[in-house]
Amino acid sequence: MEFLLSILTGLLFAAGVYLLLHRDFAKLVMGIVIIGNATAIFIFVAGRIVRKSAPFLDEQGVAPDTFADPVPQALILTALVIGFGIQAFALLLFKKVYDIPDIEEVDDLKK
Amino acid sequence: MEYSESMILFPLVLPFLTALLCLFLVRRIFAQHFISILGSLALMVCAIFLLIEVEEQGMLVTQVAGWEAPFGITMVIDMFSAIMIAISAFVGFVVNIYSLQDIRNKRKYFGYFTYFHFLIMGVNGAFIAGDIFNLYVWFEVMLIASFVLLAIGNGKEQLIGTVKYTLLSFIASAFLLIGVGMIYGISGSLNMADIALYFQQNCNDPLITVAAMLFLLPFAIKSALFPVYFWLPASYPAPPIAVTALFSGLLTKVGVYALLRCFTLLFIHDVEYTHTILLVAAGLTMLSGVLGAASKKGMRTILSFHIISQIGYMVLGLGLFTPLAIAGAVFYIIHNILAKTNLFLITGVVEKIKGSSRLEEIGGLYKNFPLLSLLFLIAALSLAGIPPLSGFWAKFILIKAGFEVESYFVIVIAIITGLLTLFSMTKIWIYAFWGESKSVNKHDLISNESSLFRQQWRLVLPVLLMATATLFIGLYPTHLMKYASLAAEQLMDPSIYIQKVLGK
Repeated sequence: MEFLLSILTGLLFAAGVYLLLHRDFAKLVMGIVIIGNATAIFIFVAGRIVRKSAPFLDEQGVAPDTFADPVPQALILTALVIGFGIQAFALLLFKKVYDIPDIEEVDDLKK
Repeated sequence: MEYSESMILFPLVLPFLTALLCLFLVRRIFAQHFISILGSLALMVCAIFLLIEVEEQGMLVTQVAGWEAPFGITMVIDMFSAIMIAISAFVGFVVNIYSLQDIRNKRKYFGYFTYFHFLIMGVNGAFIAGDIFNLYVWFEVMLIASFVLLAIGNGKEQLIGTVKYTLLSFIASAFLLIGVGMIYGISGSLNMADIALYFQQNCNDPLITVAAMLFLLPFAIKSALFPVYFWLPASYPAPPIAVTALFSGLLTKVGVYALLRCFTLLFIHDVEYTHTILLVAAGLTMLSGVLGAASKKGMRTILSFHIISQIGYMVLGLGLFTPLAIAGAVFYIIHNILAKTNLFLITGVVEKIKGSSRLEEIGGLYKNFPLLSLLFLIAALSLAGIPPLSGFWAKFILIKAGFEVESYFVIVIAIITGLLTLFSMTKIWIYAFWGESKSVNKHDLISNESSLFRQQWRLVLPVLLMATATLFIGLYPTHLMKYASLAAEQLMDPSIYIQKVLGK
């Protein structure tokens, strides 16, 4: 599972970078989204993947033998929320820039 | 005032409350002004109090909500953080006065002051965060506030600058987050002290160097190091000058702060490798920044390029990695924040008088505005490092530290950069202040100095305050040096930090 997810992370990063290098504003936003998700999966894999129980104590107050680490999930949750905010801002910003006359694609920003 | 542990959070709570109040009063400009100034003033008082307290106790630590380190969120103020909080509070206050006049009402109606204080909250948060994920989150708070400040007003240049800035900041944040994930994967902790302890015990793990590089890249982008500084001259000259001044004083320095913190506390397992990279980057940053400035013709662009070359000096101190060099870096940060912010503020005043700050369009300011010219000279010569101003001492300490470890090559670069900085400053002086009186309109918009001081005192007062601070540091460098050495002492000995946070 970890192996597959690692490959997936790599593919997502590759796709994200490709889109970020693109001239089109819409693809730029997609690049931001994909790289954000790739980072989330990276953290998920880095925090080890365990398919057992949730990290709760049972009624006697004993912890289960193996449990999923909650910290990476908390990190991902926070990162996704922040990422979502940035994506929303970026979308609006690119729309505003696209509305400027004679700016059609990213290369026009150099002028 | 009695000190209690929760006061560590005041640098976050005060700007937060100010920002919220400004948001509620967004339609009432005068009330916003009042609250905003009051908030900055309160923050400054709080920052000075914390500085005194840190001097007495050495380091202030609090565990938010009582969760023990390393499980909870730790907030730490050591000497370095305290100095940084104090200086950013001062810059915030000064730029706040400047904004009252410089920022158009249109922007204030869209919450300029709200984002101003959110930015300061993010900056302070980054200074006191004691765990790496928290550091990341505060960086984001700061960045999102800065995106809005950069774009607010919807000018064409501004929007284009914001696109470049947003994209590069986003990439930096993604890398930082990967670095955080990686460190969690290696050490199983997010608390800086805990990680430092783990890295000390397992310093042979090659993954640590990978993590170090993953941290170096985002902080290098944020502090505008070679070769990832291109976003800075592309975006900084666009917004109103108060915003540029605030950014130049605070944003890039937070990147430098994070570099200093991480590469003295966490990544010291292989100093030979990591700090040599920093040293090389510092040298190239100084040189490329100052050469970029030499070729430019607008005051805003010249000064923006100088931010880059000055960042090189600070990272040079980190790269040399001796107590004296780190103290020099801290000294340099303070000096540079004051001098650089002031230069931008003066540029704003020049624009108010002449209608432009492009060097080929203006001239002859000295004739009618001798005092303003003097204030410019103080800041400009200080930046170039002429004795007895603050920049001279800052450069002197760094170069002395360089001689001690015999890295002559970077010393040469530092001296050449100083000379070229002087060249740029004299260029501005000759074009803008000397020569025939010339402006975009037929006449100057403000005819003489007394009417400048009367009509625009909210622009001149900040410049005066900043120049006084620069002069004070220049004439009495030992005061600041005392604090800087204390900060360096704590930075160079991570065991103090670990002991204070973890209690072992």
